[in-house]
Amino acid sequence: MSFLKLSHLEKSFGASHVVRNFNLEVERGEFISLLGPSGCGKTTVLRMVAGFEKPDVGSISIAGKDVTALGVRRRDIGMVFQAYALFPNLTVAQNVGFGLKVQGTARSEISARVQEMLALIGLPDKADRYPYQLSGGQQQRVALARALAPRPKVLLLDEPLSALDAKIRVSLRNEIREIQKALGITTIFVTHDQEEALSLSDRVVVMHKGVADQIGTPFEVYNAPATRFVAGFVGTLNTLEAEVIDAATGTVALGAQRLVLDRPLPPGPVTLGLRPEMLHMEGGPAYLTGRVMASDFLGSVVRVRVDVAGQILALDQFNSTRRAPPRVGEELRFGLNPSDVLVIAPAG
Amino acid sequence: MTRAAAWAILILGAIYFILPLMGMIEFSLSMRRGEYSLDAYRIVLADPQFRRTFGYSVMMAIATIVVGMLLVVPTAYWVQLKLPRLRPLIEFMTLLPLVIPAIVVVFGYIRLYNTSSWLPLTGSLTGTNILLMCGYIMLGLPYMYRAVDTGLRAVDVATLTEAAQSLGAGWGTILWRLILPNVLVAVLSGAFVTFAIVMGEFTMAALLNRPAFGPYLQLMGANRAYEPFALATIAFAITWACIGAMQLFTRFSRQGRPT
Amino acid sequence: MTDQTPHSRPPRRFNPAWLGVLPFALFVSMFLIAPTLNIVIGAFQTPDGSFTLANIQGLFTRSIMSSYWISIKISVASAAIGSLVGFLMATAVVLGGLPRGLRAPLMTFSGVASNFAGVPLAFAFLATLGPLGLVTGVLRTEFGINLRAYGFNILSFWGLTITYLFFQIPLMILIITPALDGLKREWREAASCLGATGAQYWRMVALPILFPTIIGTFALLFANAFGAVATAIALTGSSLNIAPIMLFAQIRGDVLGDPQLGYAMAFGMIVITAVANVTYIVLRIRSERWLK
Repeated sequence: MSFLKLSHLEKSFGASHVVRNFNLEVERGEFISLLGPSGCGKTTVLRMVAGFEKPDVGSISIAGKDVTALGVRRRDIGMVFQAYALFPNLTVAQNVGFGLKVQGTARSEISARVQEMLALIGLPDKADRYPYQLSGGQQQRVALARALAPRPKVLLLDEPLSALDAKIRVSLRNEIREIQKALGITTIFVTHDQEEALSLSDRVVVMHKGVADQIGTPFEVYNAPATRFVAGFVGTLNTLEAEVIDAATGTVALGAQRLVLDRPLPPGPVTLGLRPEMLHMEGGPAYLTGRVMASDFLGSVVRVRVDVAGQILALDQFNSTRRAPPRVGEELRFGLNPSDVLVIAPAG
Repeated sequence: MTRAAAWAILILGAIYFILPLMGMIEFSLSMRRGEYSLDAYRIVLADPQFRRTFGYSVMMAIATIVVGMLLVVPTAYWVQLKLPRLRPLIEFMTLLPLVIPAIVVVFGYIRLYNTSSWLPLTGSLTGTNILLMCGYIMLGLPYMYRAVDTGLRAVDVATLTEAAQSLGAGWGTILWRLILPNVLVAVLSGAFVTFAIVMGEFTMAALLNRPAFGPYLQLMGANRAYEPFALATIAFAITWACIGAMQLFTRFSRQGRPT
Repeated sequence: MTDQTPHSRPPRRFNPAWLGVLPFALFVSMFLIAPTLNIVIGAFQTPDGSFTLANIQGLFTRSIMSSYWISIKISVASAAIGSLVGFLMATAVVLGGLPRGLRAPLMTFSGVASNFAGVPLAFAFLATLGPLGLVTGVLRTEFGINLRAYGFNILSFWGLTITYLFFQIPLMILIITPALDGLKREWREAASCLGATGAQYWRMVALPILFPTIIGTFALLFANAFGAVATAIALTGSSLNIAPIMLFAQIRGDVLGDPQLGYAMAFGMIVITAVANVTYIVLRIRSERWLK
C-alpha cells in the first residue's frame, strides 16, 4: 500500500481541462518531482494534494486514509511556496513556530522545536530577525523550516527555487534534498527545470497538457523517454527525420548515409533522437559524417553543430588540451553507439 | 467572510450611500405639490445670482487649473531632472494642505494680506480674486502635484530631455512640445479633481467674501425650501462628471502605455 | 600623512539648478507656510507684539473647551465608524468572493463620494434625515417610527457623524483597498496548511499586517472630519458649537472678536490635526517597511 495515492484525478477551470486522469502512487519517504512546462497542470495537482483545489473526479489518500473531502488544515501537509510567503509581521522564530502555536502546543515545546528546525536549516542565530532582513535563500530555508516544524506527513514544494539566483538555487536544492533524506519525509516537488528534477528526485513525473506522459526514475526518463514530448522536454535532444530501408535490421537512410540500428523497425519514415553527449568525435562503432556549421567553445564542453544530410545535429565534447575544436566548414566524421539512438513514436 | 455576509455588507453600504442621493433628488423634484416637476431647477437656472456665482466659480476653477499647472508641471519636471534629492521635501510640502485645515490658512491670508499689510491683496477686488485663486491652487496642490509627478515618472524624463537638447530644442520647446504632451493625461486627471474641489468650495470663498457657488449654495439653503436641493443635485452631478472623467482618462492612459 | 588641511574642502557653491524651484518655493512660502506661521506666532503674542501665553490660556474656557470636545467626539466617532465600515466594505469586495466587476464601480463611486463634501452633502442629508426628509417621512408614515421621539436630530452629534460618514467611508475604502490587495494569497494558504483557522489567520497575520494602515487611515479620517467646516455650517448653521464653526464665527466677527483668541483657536486646530497626521505618516512608513 503506497503512502500517498492519487487516483484518477480530473480538474477543469471553466472550459479548460487542466488535469486529466492523473494517477500516482508515492512510497513513504520518496522524493517525487512533477516536471513540465508552465500550464501543464503540475501546480494544480500539487494544489489538489494540499486541498486548495477540489478534484472534479478522483480521490487522494494519505497513509491509507481518504482525504479527498478533508479541509486543508486537517491534511497534515507542509507546503513551501515559490515566493517564500513568510508572514512579514512575525520573526523567524514566530514563523517557524506558527503551525505548532495554532495547534495549541505548549510554549516550551514550541521553542525547543523552533531551535531544532533553525539548526537543521543552518540559521540558528537568525531567530529574532524579520523576513525582510533576510536574503531570498535564507527566507526560503525559513519557509522550509516552517513547513516542517509541525511534522507533516507530506511535504509539498511549489517551485521553491525559481525566485532565487542561479548559484543559491543549486546549493539550496542540495540542502533541501539532504534535509528531506534526513527526515525521511514524503515529498512532492513541482518544477519546470529539468535539471532540478533529475538531480533531486527518486522518481520524476513528466507532465504535458494535464497528463502524466511518463513516471520513472531520472535515468529512465532521460534515457528511455516514453513520448516525443518527454524526449524533447527533458535534456537536449537532436531529432533526425530518416527513412527505414530495411525493417529487419533496422537500417535507416539519412540522405546517402546508412545507419544500422540493430532492431526491427516498421518500414517508412521514422524520427530518431540523439543526445549531444552520445556522439563522439572518435570511436564507433557506427559513424556519420557532416559539415561543421558552428563550433562553440563553452569551457568544459565544446558544442559543435554539424549538418548531416540537410539536418543540424549538436554534439558535445569534453574540452581537451590535446585536441583543438573542429573548424567551421570542415568535414567531420563522428561515431555513435546504435543502441543510444532513440526511436521516437510519431507525435500523437 | 462568507459570500452571503459580503453581499449583506455591500448592500447595506450601498443603501446608506444611495438614500441621501435619492432624498436629495426627490426633494429637488417636489416643488409642485402632489407631483414631480423640474420647477426647482427652472427657478434656479433662471436665477441671475445662480448664473453669476456659477460662472464665477467656473472661471476661478479654470484660472486655478491653468496657473496651478504652470506652477506644478515645470517644478515637478525640474525636480525630477535636476534635483531628485529635493523630491521628498517637495512632496511633503504638497501634502501639507491636507494637514492644515483650510479655515486656518484662509485666516492667515486675512491677517497677512489685509489692507494695512505690505501686500494689501484684500484691498481690491482683483487682489482678493487672486488671493482666492492662490488658496484654491493650494487646496488642489496635493492632487495636481501627485498626478503630474506620477505621470512624469512613467516617462523617462532625462532621456527625453537629452534627446531634445541634442536636437537643439530650448527649454520652452522642451516643456511645451515634449513634456506637456507626455503628461497631458496626468495634467487632465489632476485638473478634473481640482475643478470638482473648486466648484464646491465654501470656506475660503465665504471668508474672503467672494460670490462663489459654494457660499451661494449655503445662502440658498438658509432661505429657500426646494431650490437648494436642485443645486445640490447639480453639484453632485458636477463632482460625478469630474471624477468619472478623471478615472476614464487614467484608465485610458494605462491601456495606451505598453506594459 | 598627506598634506591635507582641515579646510581643503571647497566651499559649497551655489547650485543654479535651485533657481528652478524658486517660483514653487515662493508660492508655498507665501500662501501656505507664512499664513500658518503667522497664526502660530500670533497665538503667542499680545496685540502689540510681545510674547504671552494668555491666548492659549484663553482656550481653556468652558465654551471653547466644549466646542473642541464635541469636535473631537464627532471626529473620533466618524473616523472610527468610517474606518470600520470602509474596511468591511473593501474586504467584502476584495476578499469576499463577490463578482470582480463590482470593484471598479465601487472605487469610482468612492472617488466621487469622498470628494462630495461640503454644502451639497449637508443638503442631501437634510433631505433624507431632516424633519421633512425622505427616510424620516417613510419611517413615520409606513412604520410608525418617529425619529424625533427617539431623540434623533440631524443637527446633533449623531446627525453630523452620520453625515460625515458619507465622505469618511469612501476615503477609507480608497486607502485600504490597495493594502488588502497587498495581502498575498500564499499567506492565507500557508496559514491554513499549518493548521490555522480563518479567524487565527486574521488575528495572527492579516490584521497585524493591516494594523498600521488601519490606524494611520483612522488618523487621517480624524483630521479630515476635524477640519470640515462647510458641511457643519450648512447643516447646523450655528446651532452646534464645534471648533471650526466657532473659528469661522470668530473670523467673520460674528462673535465679538478678540483676534488673539482667534489665533489661539486656529493654533489648537493645527496642533490637533498635526498630531493626527504625524501618526498617519509614522504608521504609514512602518506598514510600507513590512510590505516590501
